[in-house]
Amino acid sequence: MSTTTTLTAESRPGLSPHVRLKQDRARGGWVLLGPERVLMLDDLAAEVLGLCDSAASIGDMADVLAGRHSAPRAEVLGDVIEMLQNLHDKGLLIV
Amino acid sequence: MTAPGPPLALLAELTHRCPLGCPYCSNPLALERVRDELDTATWQRVIDEAASLGALQIHFSGGEPMVRTDLVALVAHAHAAGLYTNLITSAVLLDERRLPPLQEAGLDHVQISLQDTLAENADRIAGYPGGHAKKLKAARLVRGAGLALTINAVMHRQNLAHLPEMIELAVELGAGRLEVAQVQYYGWALKNRASLIPTRDEVSQAVKIVAAARERLKGRLVIDHVVPDYYAKRPKACMGGWARQFINLTPSGLALPCHAAQGIPQLRFDNVRDRPLGEIWEHSDAFERFRGTSWMAEPCRSCERREIDWGGCRCQAMAILGDAAATDPACALSPHHPALLALAKTESAEAVPPEFAYRRYAKAEVEPASA
Repeated sequence: MSTTTTLTAESRPGLSPHVRLKQDRARGGWVLLGPERVLMLDDLAAEVLGLCDSAASIGDMADVLAGRHSAPRAEVLGDVIEMLQNLHDKGLLIV
Repeated sequence: MTAPGPPLALLAELTHRCPLGCPYCSNPLALERVRDELDTATWQRVIDEAASLGALQIHFSGGEPMVRTDLVALVAHAHAAGLYTNLITSAVLLDERRLPPLQEAGLDHVQISLQDTLAENADRIAGYPGGHAKKLKAARLVRGAGLALTINAVMHRQNLAHLPEMIELAVELGAGRLEVAQVQYYGWALKNRASLIPTRDEVSQAVKIVAAARERLKGRLVIDHVVPDYYAKRPKACMGGWARQFINLTPSGLALPCHAAQGIPQLRFDNVRDRPLGEIWEHSDAFERFRGTSWMAEPCRSCERREIDWGGCRCQAMAILGDAAATDPACALSPHHPALLALAKTESAEAVPPEFAYRRYAKAEVEPASA
Protein backbone atom coordinates (compact mmCIF):
# COMPACT_ATOMS: atom_id res chain seq x y z
CA MET A 1 0.00 0.00 0.00
CA SER A 2 1.37 3.40 -0.93
CA THR A 3 1.10 6.29 1.50
CA THR A 4 2.27 8.87 -1.03
CA THR A 5 0.36 12.15 -1.02
CA THR A 6 -0.42 13.45 -4.50
CA LEU A 7 -0.21 17.24 -4.73
CA THR A 8 -2.94 19.18 -6.55
CA ALA A 9 -3.75 22.84 -7.25
CA GLU A 10 -5.53 22.87 -3.87
CA SER A 11 -2.55 21.67 -1.82
CA ARG A 12 -0.93 24.23 0.47
CA PRO A 13 2.75 23.25 0.73
CA GLY A 14 5.24 24.56 3.23
CA LEU A 15 8.85 23.68 4.02
CA SER A 16 9.26 20.71 6.35
CA PRO A 17 10.21 21.82 9.87
CA HIS A 18 13.81 20.67 9.43
CA VAL A 19 14.30 22.37 6.07
CA ARG A 20 15.69 25.85 5.50
CA LEU A 21 15.74 28.02 2.39
CA LYS A 22 18.89 30.08 2.46
CA GLN A 23 20.71 32.54 0.25
CA ASP A 24 24.11 31.14 -0.65
CA ARG A 25 26.46 34.09 -0.86
CA ALA A 26 29.61 32.07 -1.56
CA ARG A 27 28.21 30.38 -4.65
CA GLY A 28 25.41 32.76 -5.59
CA GLY A 29 21.74 31.77 -5.70
CA TRP A 30 19.62 29.96 -3.15
CA VAL A 31 19.88 26.55 -1.51
CA LEU A 32 17.50 24.26 0.31
CA LEU A 33 19.13 22.75 3.40
CA GLY A 34 18.05 19.58 5.18
CA PRO A 35 19.80 16.82 7.10
CA GLU A 36 22.62 15.57 4.86
CA ARG A 37 20.93 17.36 1.98
CA VAL A 38 21.96 20.47 0.10
CA LEU A 39 19.90 21.30 -2.99
CA MET A 40 21.23 24.08 -5.19
CA LEU A 41 18.18 25.83 -6.62
CA ASP A 42 17.77 27.60 -9.94
CA ASP A 43 16.07 31.01 -9.87
CA LEU A 44 12.63 29.67 -10.67
CA ALA A 45 12.77 26.92 -8.04
CA ALA A 46 13.89 29.47 -5.45
CA GLU A 47 11.00 31.74 -6.43
CA VAL A 48 8.47 28.89 -6.13
CA LEU A 49 9.81 27.77 -2.76
CA GLY A 50 9.69 31.35 -1.54
CA LEU A 51 5.92 31.13 -2.02
CA CYS A 52 5.54 27.88 -0.04
CA ASP A 53 4.20 29.21 3.27
CA SER A 54 1.55 26.55 4.04
CA ALA A 55 -1.09 29.25 3.42
CA ALA A 56 -1.02 29.79 -0.35
CA SER A 57 -2.37 26.97 -2.51
CA ILE A 58 -0.40 25.77 -5.51
CA GLY A 59 -3.19 27.32 -7.62
CA ASP A 60 -2.58 30.70 -5.94
CA MET A 61 1.12 30.30 -6.59
CA ALA A 62 0.50 29.55 -10.27
CA ASP A 63 -1.59 32.75 -10.54
CA VAL A 64 1.27 34.81 -9.11
CA LEU A 65 3.97 33.17 -11.23
CA ALA A 66 1.94 33.26 -14.48
CA GLY A 67 1.40 36.99 -13.89
CA ARG A 68 5.04 37.73 -13.08
CA HIS A 69 6.43 35.83 -16.05
CA SER A 70 3.58 36.43 -18.53
CA ALA A 71 3.33 32.66 -19.01
CA PRO A 72 0.27 30.43 -19.62
CA ARG A 73 -1.19 29.51 -16.22
CA ALA A 74 -1.97 25.89 -17.09
CA GLU A 75 1.63 25.28 -18.10
CA VAL A 76 2.99 27.00 -14.99
CA LEU A 77 0.65 25.00 -12.77
CA GLY A 78 1.79 21.69 -14.27
CA ASP A 79 5.48 22.58 -13.88
CA VAL A 80 5.04 23.77 -10.29
CA ILE A 81 3.10 20.67 -9.23
CA GLU A 82 5.74 18.41 -10.76
CA MET A 83 8.58 20.22 -9.02
CA LEU A 84 6.87 20.36 -5.61
CA GLN A 85 5.76 16.71 -5.80
CA ASN A 86 9.37 15.73 -6.30
CA LEU A 87 10.48 17.77 -3.26
CA HIS A 88 7.58 16.41 -1.21
CA ASP A 89 8.58 12.82 -2.06
CA LYS A 90 12.06 13.66 -0.77
CA GLY A 91 10.59 14.76 2.56
CA LEU A 92 11.48 18.42 2.08
CA LEU A 93 7.89 19.76 1.91
CA ILE A 94 4.79 19.19 3.98
CA VAL A 95 1.18 19.78 2.93
CA MET B 1 45.91 23.57 -9.52
CA THR B 2 42.77 25.74 -9.66
CA ALA B 3 41.37 27.00 -6.38
CA PRO B 4 38.72 24.67 -4.92
CA GLY B 5 35.07 25.71 -4.63
CA PRO B 6 33.73 26.40 -1.15
CA PRO B 7 33.27 23.49 1.26
CA LEU B 8 29.69 22.37 1.87
CA ALA B 9 30.00 21.33 5.47
CA LEU B 10 32.12 21.25 8.58
CA LEU B 11 32.23 18.00 10.52
CA ALA B 12 33.06 19.09 14.05
CA GLU B 13 34.29 16.20 16.18
CA LEU B 14 34.06 18.07 19.46
CA THR B 15 35.49 15.26 21.56
CA HIS B 16 36.50 11.63 21.35
CA ARG B 17 35.03 10.94 24.81
CA CYS B 18 31.95 8.70 24.65
CA PRO B 19 30.14 6.49 27.17
CA LEU B 20 29.61 3.84 24.48
CA GLY B 21 32.17 1.39 23.14
CA CYS B 22 30.82 0.50 19.68
CA PRO B 23 33.27 -1.78 17.89
CA TYR B 24 32.77 0.05 14.57
CA CYS B 25 33.36 3.58 15.86
CA SER B 26 34.55 5.94 13.12
CA ASN B 27 37.07 7.57 15.44
CA PRO B 28 40.71 6.61 14.98
CA LEU B 29 42.24 3.83 17.11
CA ALA B 30 44.39 6.46 18.83
CA LEU B 31 41.71 8.54 20.56
CA GLU B 32 42.44 12.16 21.45
CA ARG B 33 42.35 13.21 25.08
CA VAL B 34 40.26 15.83 26.86
CA ARG B 35 43.27 17.99 27.72
CA ASP B 36 44.00 18.38 23.99
CA GLU B 37 40.47 19.48 23.01
CA LEU B 38 39.89 22.92 21.47
CA ASP B 39 38.29 25.43 23.82
CA THR B 40 34.97 27.19 23.20
CA ALA B 41 36.45 30.39 21.79
CA THR B 42 38.57 28.53 19.25
CA TRP B 43 35.60 26.47 18.07
CA GLN B 44 33.56 29.65 17.72
CA ARG B 45 36.29 31.32 15.68
CA VAL B 46 36.54 28.28 13.41
CA ILE B 47 32.75 28.16 12.98
CA ASP B 48 32.84 31.78 11.77
CA GLU B 49 35.68 30.94 9.39
CA ALA B 50 33.73 27.99 7.98
CA ALA B 51 30.63 30.12 7.43
CA SER B 52 32.57 32.84 5.65
CA LEU B 53 34.26 30.22 3.47
CA GLY B 54 30.79 29.25 2.27
CA ALA B 55 30.05 26.15 4.35
CA LEU B 56 26.29 25.69 4.69
CA GLN B 57 26.05 22.99 7.34
CA ILE B 58 27.77 21.99 10.55
CA HIS B 59 27.59 18.51 12.00
CA PHE B 60 28.38 18.37 15.72
CA SER B 61 29.81 14.95 16.27
CA GLY B 62 32.30 13.08 18.40
CA GLY B 63 32.81 10.83 20.27
CA GLU B 64 29.68 11.92 22.04
CA PRO B 65 29.30 15.69 21.49
CA MET B 66 26.95 15.99 24.46
CA VAL B 67 29.78 15.42 26.92
CA ARG B 68 30.99 18.92 25.98
CA THR B 69 29.49 21.36 28.47
CA ASP B 70 29.70 24.19 25.89
CA LEU B 71 27.59 22.43 23.24
CA VAL B 72 24.69 24.88 23.59
CA ALA B 73 27.02 27.85 23.10
CA LEU B 74 28.53 26.26 20.00
CA VAL B 75 25.13 25.46 18.48
CA ALA B 76 23.97 29.02 19.15
CA HIS B 77 27.10 30.39 17.55
CA ALA B 78 26.73 28.24 14.43
CA HIS B 79 23.05 29.13 14.15
CA ALA B 80 23.87 32.83 14.38
CA ALA B 81 26.51 32.35 11.65
CA GLY B 82 23.72 31.04 9.39
CA LEU B 83 24.78 27.40 9.38
CA TYR B 84 22.34 24.49 9.31
CA THR B 85 23.05 22.76 12.62
CA ASN B 86 22.96 19.00 13.02
CA LEU B 87 23.66 17.07 16.22
CA ILE B 88 25.01 13.56 15.68
CA THR B 89 24.58 11.79 19.00
CA SER B 90 24.25 8.46 20.73
CA ALA B 91 21.46 10.23 22.70
CA VAL B 92 22.21 8.45 25.98
CA LEU B 93 22.84 11.89 27.55
CA LEU B 94 19.93 13.62 25.78
CA ASP B 95 17.09 14.12 28.26
CA GLU B 96 14.35 16.57 29.33
CA ARG B 97 16.99 18.82 30.85
CA ARG B 98 19.50 18.92 27.99
CA LEU B 99 17.18 19.15 24.95
CA PRO B 100 15.31 22.46 25.48
CA PRO B 101 18.42 24.69 25.63
CA LEU B 102 19.73 23.09 22.43
CA GLN B 103 16.46 23.74 20.69
CA GLU B 104 16.41 27.34 21.91
CA ALA B 105 19.96 27.76 20.62
CA GLY B 106 18.67 27.02 17.11
CA LEU B 107 19.40 23.34 16.62
CA ASP B 108 17.88 22.27 13.28
CA HIS B 109 18.17 18.52 13.37
CA VAL B 110 19.09 15.57 15.57
CA GLN B 111 20.59 12.31 14.38
CA ILE B 112 20.43 9.41 16.81
CA SER B 113 22.30 6.17 16.29
CA LEU B 114 20.68 2.83 17.11
CA GLN B 115 22.61 -0.41 17.47
CA ASP B 116 19.70 -2.82 16.95
CA THR B 117 15.94 -3.11 17.53
CA LEU B 118 16.39 -5.64 20.35
CA ALA B 119 17.50 -3.83 23.50
CA GLU B 120 19.67 -6.65 24.79
CA ASN B 121 21.63 -7.03 21.55
CA ALA B 122 21.84 -3.26 21.05
CA ASP B 123 23.32 -2.78 24.52
CA ARG B 124 25.75 -5.65 23.98
CA ILE B 125 26.98 -4.10 20.69
CA ALA B 126 27.37 -0.65 22.26
CA GLY B 127 28.95 -2.09 25.40
CA TYR B 128 26.55 0.08 27.43
CA PRO B 129 23.76 -1.53 29.49
CA GLY B 130 20.46 0.38 29.35
CA GLY B 131 21.55 2.49 26.39
CA HIS B 132 18.88 1.39 23.94
CA ALA B 133 16.00 2.37 26.23
CA LYS B 134 17.58 5.81 26.78
CA LYS B 135 17.93 6.29 23.03
CA LEU B 136 14.27 5.49 22.37
CA LYS B 137 13.21 7.86 25.11
CA ALA B 138 15.42 10.62 23.67
CA ALA B 139 14.11 10.04 20.14
CA ARG B 140 10.53 10.50 21.39
CA LEU B 141 11.58 13.61 23.26
CA VAL B 142 13.10 15.07 20.08
CA ARG B 143 9.93 14.44 18.09
CA GLY B 144 7.74 15.64 20.93
CA ALA B 145 9.64 18.93 20.81
CA GLY B 146 8.93 19.19 17.08
CA LEU B 147 12.56 18.80 16.08
CA ALA B 148 13.51 16.83 12.97
CA LEU B 149 14.95 13.39 13.59
CA THR B 150 17.17 11.03 11.64
CA ILE B 151 17.71 7.51 12.87
CA ASN B 152 21.17 6.26 12.04
CA ALA B 153 20.92 2.48 12.09
CA VAL B 154 24.37 0.97 12.02
CA MET B 155 23.95 -2.48 10.46
CA HIS B 156 26.25 -5.49 10.16
CA ARG B 157 26.11 -9.28 10.37
CA GLN B 158 25.05 -9.20 14.03
CA ASN B 159 21.85 -7.17 13.43
CA LEU B 160 21.14 -7.02 9.69
CA ALA B 161 18.38 -9.62 10.00
CA HIS B 162 16.40 -7.00 11.95
CA LEU B 163 16.37 -4.45 9.12
CA PRO B 164 12.57 -4.67 8.53
CA GLU B 165 11.97 -4.06 12.26
CA MET B 166 14.44 -1.17 12.18
CA ILE B 167 12.52 0.50 9.36
CA GLU B 168 9.27 0.09 11.30
CA LEU B 169 10.90 1.49 14.43
CA ALA B 170 12.07 4.59 12.53
CA VAL B 171 8.50 5.15 11.31
CA GLU B 172 7.08 4.58 14.77
CA LEU B 173 9.55 7.06 16.31
CA GLY B 174 8.48 9.69 13.76
CA ALA B 175 11.87 10.01 12.05
CA GLY B 176 11.84 11.89 8.75
CA ARG B 177 14.95 10.12 7.63
CA LEU B 178 16.58 6.75 8.22
CA GLU B 179 20.17 6.11 7.41
CA VAL B 180 20.75 2.40 6.97
CA ALA B 181 24.48 2.68 7.52
CA GLN B 182 26.09 -0.66 6.89
CA VAL B 183 29.48 -0.57 8.51
CA GLN B 184 32.41 0.70 6.45
CA TYR B 185 35.73 -0.84 7.32
CA TYR B 186 38.11 1.77 8.72
CA GLY B 187 39.69 2.21 12.13
CA TRP B 188 37.78 0.28 14.78
CA ALA B 189 35.52 -1.37 12.20
CA LEU B 190 38.52 -2.62 10.25
CA LYS B 191 39.90 -4.11 13.46
CA ASN B 192 36.53 -5.83 14.02
CA ARG B 193 35.76 -6.62 10.39
CA ALA B 194 35.53 -10.39 10.83
CA SER B 195 32.90 -9.85 13.56
CA LEU B 196 30.86 -7.45 11.43
CA ILE B 197 30.93 -8.15 7.72
CA PRO B 198 27.73 -9.72 6.34
CA THR B 199 27.59 -12.14 3.41
CA ARG B 200 26.89 -10.92 -0.09
CA ASP B 201 23.45 -12.57 0.01
CA GLU B 202 22.59 -10.75 3.22
CA VAL B 203 23.58 -7.44 1.60
CA SER B 204 21.51 -8.17 -1.54
CA GLN B 205 18.53 -8.99 0.64
CA ALA B 206 18.95 -5.69 2.52
CA VAL B 207 19.05 -3.76 -0.77
CA LYS B 208 15.70 -5.32 -1.74
CA ILE B 209 14.13 -4.58 1.64
CA VAL B 210 15.22 -0.93 1.46
CA ALA B 211 13.97 -0.52 -2.13
CA ALA B 212 10.52 -1.84 -1.19
CA ALA B 213 10.35 0.32 1.96
CA ARG B 214 11.38 3.45 0.03
CA GLU B 215 8.51 2.97 -2.38
CA ARG B 216 6.02 2.21 0.39
CA LEU B 217 7.10 5.13 2.59
CA LYS B 218 7.67 7.79 -0.09
CA GLY B 219 6.91 11.24 1.32
CA ARG B 220 6.97 9.91 4.92
CA LEU B 221 10.43 8.48 5.47
CA VAL B 222 13.54 9.12 3.40
CA ILE B 223 15.90 6.13 3.53
CA ASP B 224 19.58 6.45 2.68
CA HIS B 225 21.41 3.16 2.34
CA VAL B 226 25.16 2.70 2.56
CA VAL B 227 26.30 -0.82 1.63
CA PRO B 228 29.64 -2.44 2.41
CA ASP B 229 31.68 -1.62 -0.67
CA TYR B 230 33.71 -4.84 -0.58
CA TYR B 231 30.87 -6.34 -2.63
CA ALA B 232 30.55 -3.37 -5.00
CA LYS B 233 31.46 -3.11 -8.67
CA ARG B 234 32.33 0.57 -8.47
CA PRO B 235 33.70 2.39 -5.43
CA LYS B 236 31.80 5.02 -3.47
CA ALA B 237 32.63 8.67 -4.18
CA CYS B 238 34.11 8.89 -0.71
CA MET B 239 33.35 12.28 0.94
CA GLY B 240 32.00 13.37 -2.48
CA GLY B 241 35.63 13.48 -3.61
CA TRP B 242 38.72 14.23 -1.53
CA ALA B 243 38.70 17.82 -0.22
CA ARG B 244 35.80 18.82 -2.46
CA GLN B 245 32.94 19.16 0.05
CA PHE B 246 33.95 18.49 3.65
CA ILE B 247 36.33 19.60 6.33
CA ASN B 248 36.59 17.29 9.33
CA LEU B 249 38.05 18.77 12.49
CA THR B 250 39.34 16.49 15.24
CA PRO B 251 38.84 17.45 18.90
CA SER B 252 42.36 18.88 19.06
CA GLY B 253 41.85 20.98 15.91
CA LEU B 254 43.51 18.92 13.19
CA ALA B 255 41.86 19.56 9.83
CA LEU B 256 41.27 16.36 7.86
CA PRO B 257 39.69 15.85 4.42
CA CYS B 258 37.91 12.80 5.91
CA HIS B 259 37.58 11.40 9.42
CA ALA B 260 39.78 8.41 8.60
CA ALA B 261 42.55 10.38 6.87
CA GLN B 262 44.99 9.91 9.74
CA GLY B 263 45.29 6.32 8.55
CA ILE B 264 47.47 7.67 5.73
CA PRO B 265 50.85 8.19 7.42
CA GLN B 266 52.49 10.36 4.74
CA LEU B 267 49.89 13.16 4.98
CA ARG B 268 50.70 16.34 6.92
CA PHE B 269 47.72 17.86 8.70
CA ASP B 270 47.37 21.48 9.72
CA ASN B 271 45.81 22.55 12.99
CA VAL B 272 43.20 25.34 13.17
CA ARG B 273 45.11 26.72 16.16
CA ASP B 274 47.99 27.56 13.79
CA ARG B 275 46.37 28.43 10.47
CA PRO B 276 43.07 29.99 9.33
CA LEU B 277 40.54 27.49 7.98
CA GLY B 278 40.40 29.15 4.54
CA GLU B 279 44.14 28.73 4.09
CA ILE B 280 43.92 25.12 5.21
CA TRP B 281 41.07 24.41 2.78
CA GLU B 282 43.04 25.84 -0.13
CA HIS B 283 46.62 24.97 0.67
CA SER B 284 46.96 22.30 3.34
CA ASP B 285 49.15 19.43 2.17
CA ALA B 286 46.58 16.84 3.24
CA PHE B 287 43.78 18.56 1.30
CA GLU B 288 45.80 19.18 -1.85
CA ARG B 289 47.36 15.72 -2.06
CA PHE B 290 44.34 13.89 -3.55
CA ARG B 291 42.11 16.77 -4.62
CA GLY B 292 40.88 16.55 -8.23
CA THR B 293 42.21 13.92 -10.64
CA SER B 294 45.85 14.79 -11.34
CA TRP B 295 47.18 12.41 -8.66
CA MET B 296 45.47 9.42 -10.26
CA ALA B 297 47.22 6.44 -11.82
CA GLU B 298 45.58 3.86 -14.07
CA PRO B 299 42.92 2.52 -14.17
CA CYS B 300 41.47 5.73 -12.66
CA ARG B 301 43.37 8.21 -14.83
CA SER B 302 41.62 7.32 -18.09
CA CYS B 303 38.36 6.10 -16.49
CA GLU B 304 35.21 7.87 -17.65
CA ARG B 305 33.97 7.78 -14.04
CA ARG B 306 37.01 9.57 -12.60
CA GLU B 307 34.95 12.68 -11.80
CA ILE B 308 32.00 10.63 -10.55
CA ASP B 309 33.64 8.41 -7.95
CA TRP B 310 36.94 10.35 -7.67
CA GLY B 311 38.98 7.15 -7.41
CA GLY B 312 36.94 5.87 -4.46
CA CYS B 313 38.40 5.97 -1.00
CA ARG B 314 42.04 6.88 -0.30
CA CYS B 315 41.92 5.51 3.23
CA GLN B 316 40.71 2.13 1.99
CA ALA B 317 43.47 1.99 -0.64
CA MET B 318 45.93 2.69 2.18
CA ALA B 319 44.41 0.22 4.64
CA ILE B 320 44.16 -2.68 2.21
CA LEU B 321 46.99 -2.06 -0.25
CA GLY B 322 49.39 0.13 1.72
CA ASP B 323 49.24 2.69 -1.11
CA ALA B 324 46.93 5.68 -0.65
CA ALA B 325 47.28 6.70 -4.33
CA ALA B 326 46.10 3.35 -5.70
CA THR B 327 42.63 2.76 -7.12
CA ASP B 328 40.24 1.83 -4.29
CA PRO B 329 40.25 -2.00 -4.24
CA ALA B 330 36.43 -1.83 -3.90
CA CYS B 331 36.45 -1.03 -7.63
CA ALA B 332 36.14 -4.10 -9.85
CA LEU B 333 38.69 -2.47 -12.20
CA SER B 334 41.35 -2.66 -9.49
CA PRO B 335 43.63 -5.68 -9.93
CA HIS B 336 43.28 -6.18 -6.16
CA HIS B 337 39.48 -6.37 -6.13
CA PRO B 338 39.27 -10.20 -6.34
CA ALA B 339 41.44 -10.50 -3.23
CA LEU B 340 39.23 -8.05 -1.32
CA LEU B 341 36.12 -9.92 -2.34
CA ALA B 342 37.67 -13.24 -1.34
CA LEU B 343 38.51 -11.80 2.06
CA ALA B 344 34.92 -10.59 2.56
CA LYS B 345 33.57 -14.00 1.55
CA THR B 346 35.88 -15.90 3.88
CA GLU B 347 35.29 -13.69 6.91
CA SER B 348 31.52 -13.44 6.47
CA ALA B 349 31.25 -17.22 6.10
CA GLU B 350 32.67 -17.87 9.60
CA ALA B 351 29.91 -19.62 11.54
CA VAL B 352 30.65 -17.78 14.78
CA PRO B 353 31.94 -14.21 14.59
CA PRO B 354 34.96 -13.41 16.78
CA GLU B 355 34.45 -11.42 20.01
CA PHE B 356 34.34 -7.62 19.59
CA ALA B 357 37.32 -5.44 20.36
CA TYR B 358 35.33 -2.59 21.90
CA ARG B 359 36.30 1.02 21.26
CA ARG B 360 38.28 2.08 24.31
CA TYR B 361 41.07 4.44 25.26
CA ALA B 362 44.38 2.62 25.48
CA LYS B 363 44.94 1.54 29.10
CA ALA B 364 47.49 4.22 29.96
CA GLU B 365 45.13 7.01 28.92
CA VAL B 366 41.74 6.24 30.43
CA GLU B 367 39.34 9.19 30.21
CA PRO B 368 36.19 9.87 32.17
CA ALA B 369 33.05 9.77 30.03
CA SER B 370 31.37 12.74 31.64
CA ALA B 371 32.55 16.31 31.50
